[in-house]
Amino acid sequence: MKQEVNELIDPSKFRDRIDIKGIEKSLLVDMLRKMVLIRKAEEKLSEHVESGKIKCPCHLGIGQEAIGVAVSLVMRKSDRAFGAHRSHSHFLALNENTYSLFAEVLGKYDGCSHGMGGSMHIVDNDNGFKGSVPIVGATIPIATGAGLAAKMDKAGDISISYFGDGACEEGVLHESLNMASIMNLPVLYVCENNLFASHLHIDLRQPSNSTSRFAKAHHINYNTVDGNDVVGMYKLLKSEVESMRSSNTPYYLEAFTYRWKGHVGHRDDIDVGVKRGAQLDSWKKRDPIKRLADSLIYEGVLTESEYQYLNHEIQNKINSDWEKAELASFPENEFLITQVYS
Amino acid sequence: MKKTTTYAAGILEAYEYLLTNHPDFFIIGQGLWSPWYVGATMTDLDKKFGKDRVIDCPVSELATTGATVGASICGYRPMIVHPRVDFMLLAVDQIVTQAAKWRHMFGGNSTAPATFRAIINRGGEQGAQHSQSLHSWFAHIPGLKVVMPYTAKDARDLMISSVLSNDPVVFLDDRWLYEKEEEYTEIEILDLNEVLPQKLRNGDDITVVGISYTSLLCEKACEHLENTQGIKSDFFDLRVLNPLKLENIIQSVNKTGRLLVVDGDWSSCGIASEIIASIVERVDLLALKSSPKRITLPDSPAPTSKALEQLYYIKEEQIIETIIDLVK
Repeated sequence: MKQEVNELIDPSKFRDRIDIKGIEKSLLVDMLRKMVLIRKAEEKLSEHVESGKIKCPCHLGIGQEAIGVAVSLVMRKSDRAFGAHRSHSHFLALNENTYSLFAEVLGKYDGCSHGMGGSMHIVDNDNGFKGSVPIVGATIPIATGAGLAAKMDKAGDISISYFGDGACEEGVLHESLNMASIMNLPVLYVCENNLFASHLHIDLRQPSNSTSRFAKAHHINYNTVDGNDVVGMYKLLKSEVESMRSSNTPYYLEAFTYRWKGHVGHRDDIDVGVKRGAQLDSWKKRDPIKRLADSLIYEGVLTESEYQYLNHEIQNKINSDWEKAELASFPENEFLITQVYS
Repeated sequence: MKKTTTYAAGILEAYEYLLTNHPDFFIIGQGLWSPWYVGATMTDLDKKFGKDRVIDCPVSELATTGATVGASICGYRPMIVHPRVDFMLLAVDQIVTQAAKWRHMFGGNSTAPATFRAIINRGGEQGAQHSQSLHSWFAHIPGLKVVMPYTAKDARDLMISSVLSNDPVVFLDDRWLYEKEEEYTEIEILDLNEVLPQKLRNGDDITVVGISYTSLLCEKACEHLENTQGIKSDFFDLRVLNPLKLENIIQSVNKTGRLLVVDGDWSSCGIASEIIASIVERVDLLALKSSPKRITLPDSPAPTSKALEQLYYIKEEQIIETIIDLVK
């Protein structure tokens, strides 16, 4: 039987305020701050892809901020997350160090990879982000091995594998899920299903729009959720991850979302993808940030002016981090050769 | 009588040493709980050290190799075993594009010190897809170390140093060497960065370089020529293909003026070409008494028929004839 989702990919649904009951105020504000920071950081990157100051390929995740933030809030520093080409949000959700990201994107020594990686190769070991790479699906087995290492460490840590719906068309997803299932590995597979792989809609690539069927086939517990509801995902993950830690089991989260920008760069790319032009405006009304901010203001957690101030403060930090990153130094010439071997 | 050992026993001893002394070492691969796949090199390791450190696994070369890379990034010293090189090719992305680049592209902030062991297993009418070596492919890649032992001592000591190396290593052993017997020596812990081509015979007439199984053929040929015709060779076993360190061989060619490289793989863009090119670039050309020469496989996939196999694989006689030709 066909495993499909309908409501979750309908942009006219899930536009209202999100349910924030039962979550501490400070945590809610933390979620909002992280998402605003990620949004504004990526807007800054977008601006400078357009200005030409950024040359390396930048895959922006504007519109998808809620997923990385929800995951980051159930992670320990000793957990190990691996990302892919669109991973700025995963990185910033764990460490709000926009300077480190900006310097990296500009190829500067102060960047998280000392300028050797750019947007597509970012790392932050101290905060549990073990690396991102742009070869689609490549970190899925790597994260699976990190789960094996976590299991061997016997400390209740987990690994996290971030990937998109496109990566589910790589055979290695099947191999990895099979392995995690048969070997009981604590790997949290997070599929950010934004319905597009580059320009091509999932309906033109797969016989079903929901990738969780792969988890089901491998006897892995899973859920399909609104990926633009940070609180809903946080609540679900909190209980699921707790059980992963105690029982060494994998879990598969499929979070439906939408990227506001094209596959790579600053443009909207409404003219390159089938269905994309018609749906982008509608999806912008399912904005994960506005929905949380509206809830917080409506429920009196935050006033309108406090929210304005939060935005203003973050914008200032981002502007100053960008300016500092522009002035930072490039790696020394010998770095080209000295980093090949240990 | 002196205590002896074999190449296969050397590998087994390396595993026992690593599993005993390095709790962060584990092995994963297809067939590890079966004596069928890996010859005598892993006998009963699972029984002795436990199935959670000697892990047999699903038929998923790519995911298991990737998992090895992932565990290595997270503080372990794991090894994936591919009982045939041919099957390891399903996992090339993880070896070449992930592990080999990992340190450099993260500016030294992370490393993937995994060991990728694959066994060269050919002949016996196994045909084109159960016979490849492809070591030159891997030696092409900056960031990967490539190790091919010839002696039983090296099979053991270089396997240990590969696992202990802080970089990813492709370690290729050859089934045709498993029964090779030699005098037993104690384990020597080597730093892989310091391992050079090893000179196994001395002579002034010609410099001969072998790699893994072809070192056996070269050593026999050199011995035969010295005994029967008085032709004396400086014979080197290459040991590490990447990074390539050729200083002692260059010195030798400056002395002998002649060079033969014997490689059990194809010639085009192969390690034999690389060795000759690197030496010709750096040797005193006036010292050369003849053009450097290589012996490699014919430019065809491995045949199945034993009549054609006879033709295909390199033989000692070929090396003898070539050396005579070069020295005359």
